[in-house]
Amino acid sequence: MNTQSLALVGFGPDGWGKLLLLAAGLTLAAAVCSFALGSLLGTVGAALKLAPNHALRWIGTFYTTLFRGIPEILVVYLFYFGGSLALTHLMHLAGFPGFFSLPSFVIGVVAIALVSGAYQTEAFRSAYCRLERGQIEAGKACGMSSTVLLRRIIAPQTLRFALPALGNIWQSVLKETALLSIIGLVELLRQSTIASGATRQPLLFYGVAALVYLIMGQTTALGIRAVEKRFSRCWGR
Amino acid sequence: MDWSFLFETLKTLLAGVPLTLQLATTALCTGFVLAACIATLAESAFAPARWFSRLYVMLFQGTPLLVQIFVIYYGFGQISFLRSSFAWPLLAQAYWCAILALSLNTSAYGAEIIRGAIAAVPEREIEAGRAIGMAGLLLRRRVIWPQALRYGLANYGNEAILLLKATSLASVITLMDVTGLAYRLVSKTYRSEEIFTVAGLIYLAMTFVIATCVHMLEGHLNPSRRV
Repeated sequence: MNTQSLALVGFGPDGWGKLLLLAAGLTLAAAVCSFALGSLLGTVGAALKLAPNHALRWIGTFYTTLFRGIPEILVVYLFYFGGSLALTHLMHLAGFPGFFSLPSFVIGVVAIALVSGAYQTEAFRSAYCRLERGQIEAGKACGMSSTVLLRRIIAPQTLRFALPALGNIWQSVLKETALLSIIGLVELLRQSTIASGATRQPLLFYGVAALVYLIMGQTTALGIRAVEKRFSRCWGR
Repeated sequence: MDWSFLFETLKTLLAGVPLTLQLATTALCTGFVLAACIATLAESAFAPARWFSRLYVMLFQGTPLLVQIFVIYYGFGQISFLRSSFAWPLLAQAYWCAILALSLNTSAYGAEIIRGAIAAVPEREIEAGRAIGMAGLLLRRRVIWPQALRYGLANYGNEAILLLKATSLASVITLMDVTGLAYRLVSKTYRSEEIFTVAGLIYLAMTFVIATCVHMLEGHLNPSRRV
């Protein structure tokens, strides 16, 4: 790496540093939104999969099988091309003529959230299964209502057991946001593509993008490990 | 529902299945060999070898596969000694770039699976082997590897499924696999829902076949767990 390429990725007048940094921020925002929405979907999915009702369980299984078996890129494409059409159709039904489209950020976040939700369903479900049945019975014996039981006994332990798996899912969500570059969202990878097209330095800019992804992933991994350590104190590990 | 269009779409997209499977199996085999090497380095007594394997795994697990594909496909052309090397006729083609990226990527995950599987072999079994005079390759061939295969198979099966799904990214660098064909068909006909749904069903069928095969193999390898 010479000084010229350093200037290109730096923050100087002809440097792409600021744009790349902003794009990295967008990547992080997309990842956080997808993961949060995915957690919501994962909770619902796990509740469905653990439901006593046969039909509900079937819906949960259908959801996880579908979104864990289809490539993420197809889900993103489907929402990108189909999302606007479906929205326009809905708006026509509601009496609003014209064409409506969703911003690619929203489409991408929903698509990635659906996939990560399927993986989070499995994480929550297996965490719940590790919970000792005796504790739930003891809670009931103390006269806890089902909400109190959920809040005091089930949720904290399920979350703790699910943490390692959730950490892995977070890492893959962060990397999957790179797919949003192909539907035109100017996140880190897209910005690197633009920069490498303008400067004819693809190796430099894709290398920088890889490095930024690595830094984001490793930093968050450290945080997650610290949280894990803190919440496993009561198991004496 | 337009059944004849769905049927036509299915026929068009099925033409991409051989390429998808080719990418997946080639990357799986090359990736496994690489993974075994990296896992061996991770257990090496020589510290720099261990560092190298840890860096390798971190690098390929910590960056998106799409970025790796772009670095190899667009970035390698900038390296002048690569352009003049014997490998350039291969690296100039999207197909081999995709194979290289997929192999390197899956080898990092595979190395972790192999390392975990070997670590899961109970110490007492290795000790028992040593006690009756086994060592080196004999110990590995008779005790460690067969046991590690049982422990690691399910995880490696999952990795194979993830790899199959990952081959769809090769369509971004112009390869006409199932996803690539679906994308081209959508830009011709604008019937995105039907086409991408059919493509998704093809991938689902393929992952189902892999999962079933792995499950059967697992049953075969663990006679005691059979019901």
